[in-house]
Amino acid sequence: MRAAERKVSTDMSGIVKRAVAGTLESSDVFVEIEPGDSGIEVEIESVVLAQFGDAIRAAALDVLKEQNVSDARVRLTDRGALDCVIRARVETAVARAKGE
Amino acid sequence: MAMKIVASLREAISLCGLKSGMSISFHHHLRNGDYTLNRVMDEIAALGIRDLTLNASSLFDAHAPLREHIKNRVVRKINTDYMSAGLGRSISEGLMDESVEFRTHGGRPRDIALGITPIDVAFIAAPTADPAGNCSGKYGPSACGSLGYAFPDAMYAKKVVVITDNLVPYPLTDASIPEIYVDYVVPVDAIGDPRGIVSGTTKITRDPVGLVMAETAARVIRHSGLLKDGFSFQTGAGGATLAAAKFLKEIMLREKIRGSFASGGVTGYLVDMLNEGCFTSLMDVQCFDLKAVESIRTNPAHHEISAMQYASPAAKSAVVDHLDVVLLGATEIDTDFNVNVHTDSAGCIMGGSGGHSDTAAGAKLSMIIAPLFRARLPIITGRVRCISTPGRDVDVVVTQRGVAVNPAKPDLALRLKDAGLPIVDIHELKQIAERITGVPAVPPEGGRVVARVLSRDGEPLDVIRQLTR
Repeated sequence: MRAAERKVSTDMSGIVKRAVAGTLESSDVFVEIEPGDSGIEVEIESVVLAQFGDAIRAAALDVLKEQNVSDARVRLTDRGALDCVIRARVETAVARAKGE
Repeated sequence: MAMKIVASLREAISLCGLKSGMSISFHHHLRNGDYTLNRVMDEIAALGIRDLTLNASSLFDAHAPLREHIKNRVVRKINTDYMSAGLGRSISEGLMDESVEFRTHGGRPRDIALGITPIDVAFIAAPTADPAGNCSGKYGPSACGSLGYAFPDAMYAKKVVVITDNLVPYPLTDASIPEIYVDYVVPVDAIGDPRGIVSGTTKITRDPVGLVMAETAARVIRHSGLLKDGFSFQTGAGGATLAAAKFLKEIMLREKIRGSFASGGVTGYLVDMLNEGCFTSLMDVQCFDLKAVESIRTNPAHHEISAMQYASPAAKSAVVDHLDVVLLGATEIDTDFNVNVHTDSAGCIMGGSGGHSDTAAGAKLSMIIAPLFRARLPIITGRVRCISTPGRDVDVVVTQRGVAVNPAKPDLALRLKDAGLPIVDIHELKQIAERITGVPAVPPEGGRVVARVLSRDGEPLDVIRQLTR
């Protein structure tokens, strides 16, 4: 189950390298992020895509916005993580990708 | 007397006069280690026989080669009580033209006995048999213990073929199924893979959420008013229900309560309870592990029962009707207490009733143990995807955040509340879960009907529709 979304932005992003966070365990999400050049691109694979696909996307985009990320390619491989887990994993991946 | 020993499966099939359009049956005690169903089906296909009705007490992932026989129209129709996720997904995706009919472990022998689902040829995988067809599951390299589900097949099929990998001299006196029903005996190298037949051990959950639920469930039983001398009990083999049995055992030993029987699919934990004096007997329709197989072979208090005696509503009485308490699982429960064990939350087939609705209907107290959510999916919904067991037969739902009692049992709710159990309205449990997981979007109801679920009395209960992509 996959879905992709593209949002165009002209802002410079702080994402300088590829980074990951999370695991592929049940109830977790594995987040991969890498520099992009044409806005935010989010790809989601999830065991609960039918039930929570929109919520997973909204959580990821929300954190990216909070962290002022405007250009990045993000992939979430979700194993049924709760909203708070998704947010924490994305935030950590962003921090690592910014070299913090 | 005619010789019953036949050299090959193919010859036995021919001797039975099996023709296109007829009905054949299999039992599932060899579970995911079963070789016989696939081998028989391959021989039938090679003989050019088609359009068969397959009546199997359960189908496991080991039976995935059935897909080809369905595509090639060797099998036109399936009647079963349980279908694991491998074949289940294919059926849900629309593999078959005709819908699968799901029955319960009691409804299947009922409909066989009443001639609603007649069987032309029954194939019985027997871990030990003699040349006349007396057979047993207790002995041999592929021992599986009880042969309970095979009894109706043996008694009512027009022709009965016993397939064994352990032929012993006549007479096998400690036989489950006697020679009077058997037409042919086929010796083969192996009827199954022992590793898939029974697990070496069944494990109690170590998950803290599971343990909290199990301990709560044991407290519910303790304060139900039913836990006294003569107490009878059934539990599934799931990790949390087994843990509940362990807590129950501690209570029974501490308070010196001597129950009458435990029934069902039997695990080593029930054997321990028997041996430590919690029960005087086990009524066993199927063994789940090696300890149960060993026990049924050696302990006369561990008693084999037929599917009819276990659960058939057409029997004059059945074991499930004598049950005080049954502990069951669920993939979904709704606010009307209906339980789904047939599909996942997206509507894909991954199980079946087995004895779920039979025991829920028979027991004085039927309890469901389920976490509020699995990964991110809430378990309590507004309406289950598929009704496997109707809410009228479900009394209590035990979760890690509280116990919901069916509003039809106000006295029980009061009794449990007085005992200090955390009684919560089922709607509130649903809300607690959704506050943590979010409210799930409901995947659309699918296309044409791929399976029909029948109640144990043969009434239509629900349908399962093709997955839409």
